[in-house]
Amino acid sequence: MGQVIAFWIFAVIIVAAALGVVLLRNVFRAAMLLILSFLGIAGIYILLNADFLAAIQVLIYVGAIGILIILAIMLTREVPLGSPSNKFQIPAFIIAALLFAGVCYAVLNTEWLISTQSPAQTTTSSIAIRLFGKDGFVLPLQIIPILLLATVLSAIVLVKDRK
Amino acid sequence: MTIGLEHYLILSAILFSIGLYGALSKHNAIVILMCIEIMLSAVNVALVAFSRYIVPTEYTGQVFAIFTIAVAAAETAIGLAIIISIYRSRETIDAGKIDLMKW
Repeated sequence: MGQVIAFWIFAVIIVAAALGVVLLRNVFRAAMLLILSFLGIAGIYILLNADFLAAIQVLIYVGAIGILIILAIMLTREVPLGSPSNKFQIPAFIIAALLFAGVCYAVLNTEWLISTQSPAQTTTSSIAIRLFGKDGFVLPLQIIPILLLATVLSAIVLVKDRK
Repeated sequence: MTIGLEHYLILSAILFSIGLYGALSKHNAIVILMCIEIMLSAVNVALVAFSRYIVPTEYTGQVFAIFTIAVAAAETAIGLAIIISIYRSRETIDAGKIDLMKW
């Protein structure tokens, strides 16, 4: 019962915060609501027995990406401009509504093979075994550092003063 | 009433649609990037929900979510660097006015 209440609280918080990001005109408040929505998603991960991912979500999304976005808003000084909608507002709404209807139709008309096994209480060691063990993900895991290194270098090059 | 896989998938679909609407209908490039982040988070919720309800002992969905988060962090850093760079040279981050490569 507690899980049901927690799910609805988190779901309402996430959807309301995401709607605020899209509808508010003040960019700074939109960024704050985006961080709130990320925190709610961390709660959803805890409800899904993914404690490691919840910690990662708080560290990377709330910590790193939230700070990055707020920093970019301050550096570009376009807060007075706000976030007005362009002329594609109605087509965009129709496309989003059609996508939502299609996904809902697919989800509700599929017979999911729900497993009856109960998930483990802590997932960190199991994820590590899955990543590094036999038939694991060692090669993608080694590509990710190269991607991050390229990201750091190109971010520095892009933002550097050219004088 | 219990919470099942469908609840999480519909929550994910709602979030993805909100993000898609925002990404298509906004002028401010930073807000567009924020909406793309919402869409990526929605996909992560769906992946973790599938992992929890279809294969609770395999953790493949959670591993995929970890890779998605890493790529999303890289994408945000590069995107914001490009936006700041454009702001320096053109004094605007209005996606409608950044038309240097428009045919």
